[in-house]
Amino acid sequence: MSIKDEIKKVRDNVYEIPGSYNKKMRASGRFYIADEYFDDLEEGAIEQIVNVACLPGVQRYSIGLPDIHFGYGFPIGGVAAFSLRTGIVSPGGVGFDINCGVRLIKSNLTLEDVEEHLDELTEKLFKNIPSGVGSKGKIRLEKDEINDVLDYGAEWAVKNGYGWQEDLDVLEENGRMLDADSSIVSDKAKKRGIPQLGSLGSGNHFLEVQIVDEIYDEEVAEVFGLEKGMIVIMIHSGSRGCGHQICSDYLRIMDKAYKNYKIQIADRQLACAPLDSKEAQNYIQAMAAAANYAWANRQMMTHWVRETFEDVLGKSAKDMEMNIVYDVAHNIAKMETHKVFNREEDLLVHRKGATRAFGPGREEVPEKYRAVGQPVLIPGTMGTASYVLCGTDVAMEETFGSTAHGAGRVLSRSKAKKQYEADDITKDLESKGIKIKATSKHVIEEEAPGAYKDVDSVVRVSDSTGIAKLVAKVKPLSVCKG
Amino acid sequence: MKKFDYFEATADIGFRAYGKDLNEAFENAGLAIFNIISDTDDIVPAKEISFEVASEDNVSLLYDYLEELLFYHEVEFMLFSEFHVEIGDEFHLKATIKGEGIDWDRHERKTEIKAITFHKMDVKQGETVELQAIVDL
Repeated sequence: MSIKDEIKKVRDNVYEIPGSYNKKMRASGRFYIADEYFDDLEEGAIEQIVNVACLPGVQRYSIGLPDIHFGYGFPIGGVAAFSLRTGIVSPGGVGFDINCGVRLIKSNLTLEDVEEHLDELTEKLFKNIPSGVGSKGKIRLEKDEINDVLDYGAEWAVKNGYGWQEDLDVLEENGRMLDADSSIVSDKAKKRGIPQLGSLGSGNHFLEVQIVDEIYDEEVAEVFGLEKGMIVIMIHSGSRGCGHQICSDYLRIMDKAYKNYKIQIADRQLACAPLDSKEAQNYIQAMAAAANYAWANRQMMTHWVRETFEDVLGKSAKDMEMNIVYDVAHNIAKMETHKVFNREEDLLVHRKGATRAFGPGREEVPEKYRAVGQPVLIPGTMGTASYVLCGTDVAMEETFGSTAHGAGRVLSRSKAKKQYEADDITKDLESKGIKIKATSKHVIEEEAPGAYKDVDSVVRVSDSTGIAKLVAKVKPLSVCKG
Repeated sequence: MKKFDYFEATADIGFRAYGKDLNEAFENAGLAIFNIISDTDDIVPAKEISFEVASEDNVSLLYDYLEELLFYHEVEFMLFSEFHVEIGDEFHLKATIKGEGIDWDRHERKTEIKAITFHKMDVKQGETVELQAIVDL
């Protein structure tokens, strides 16, 4: 019998895997997916929701979000919260690219202001923001300086001249997790981090100049400072080799730990340790350091984006009001307080391919957005729309304040390469008025929009189920890919 | 005998590497990795790096070895095309790898590998050896 036969529909686009499905389950599974996608959803991803629901200390539901797909150990588009007293932490529940995330920068520019300069902007952004496989950042850190990056994140970047003090007010965690401790990050992770700081990376990461195409909620859009026709910039990037190494280091450590602590897991990549163990505490501190690296990284790129706009348009970034709207982490684990069966509980929430979507009133949300809920940034794929949503009370009640993070891949890279020709994609995008610069034709083919699930459907389900509310749609004008 | 081939994994890519013994299969796994990142035919084996890895079983040894290759690729900013591996007792590996500094004007620029995963990782030893791994792109 298929696992899908056991699943109950809760309401439109919301499904539950009963805790009775597997006797090792300590919580039920819940997932949010378009009803019409239910039949196509990989059973492997559903099994992963179940595997996570079997981990010690898991609370309420092991959750799959509208973009859920099969990951390593934990599904991508997954959320799981663990009791601080009885729970665990797992590097597999965060992923390799710790604090892979998205930042949105606004401006007071319109299409008219940039239209004639788009080619030059694209060329110069591509040149000024290093990207692609084997790319180095433009700066060379001293060996000890990497420790400051890991400990202070975006604060380090601002202090060193990358961006503005007020930028920090509108970054998740203000761009710095206080738990970070560089002294427990391996030399290998630091060595991989040093040359790559200030680089975009490759794969699905991108830098786009976009235009606000549609406003769904005027009131919230105004609070976020967005209006139709506004030019905005989106950066999608993470913690580079530094974060990947930290994840790998701790996968190996946890691989020993779970055996020592006699934790039963269904898959080696769910390796974990009890939260009160040394291994868990060290991972949390190292993961926070990687998260800080990613915030510093996006902060530096923000600075170069502003410089590039200044250079091309001949106005200052302040005059162009190039303020950050928000910056969200998509791969992270955080201590948060949530209501569990009407009791406030301190939990460690793992978000892997998920966006925090805190609703109105939460003190973690920047003051200027607190009345409406935090901005949620969901990037599309190359050449397609991206979305701004806001956090909701429903997300607080049902998903530990979380929603989807993007479009999941549906075609493998090799299939995408066979089906698409880089030149055709470039021409197709150009016919829609979108410029594209990439380090290779491979990346254009592998990242073809058709290789991904439709992001429009992902945000529609987030919105209709209430685990975020649509605020604005942004469309790319210019794309830089690594 | 074929040295390596690739198989599909939705978001990522998997490879199998073959050899008459464990050493040769590990060497061919190195080739599989650097043909994902670039094309090893264009990489001159001009500079040599040696390292050692000790692990608790063959699968972990493969994981640690592949991670080490990524580490030297990123930190030394090099691509590698020749791999010499000697695996001794108790999952102890000595490797000497040869390659050169990255020059994207000359080297084909393919895909960045983020990390090695344990997913479906396997070391099959019979008359010959077959390794399997999926890398996170």
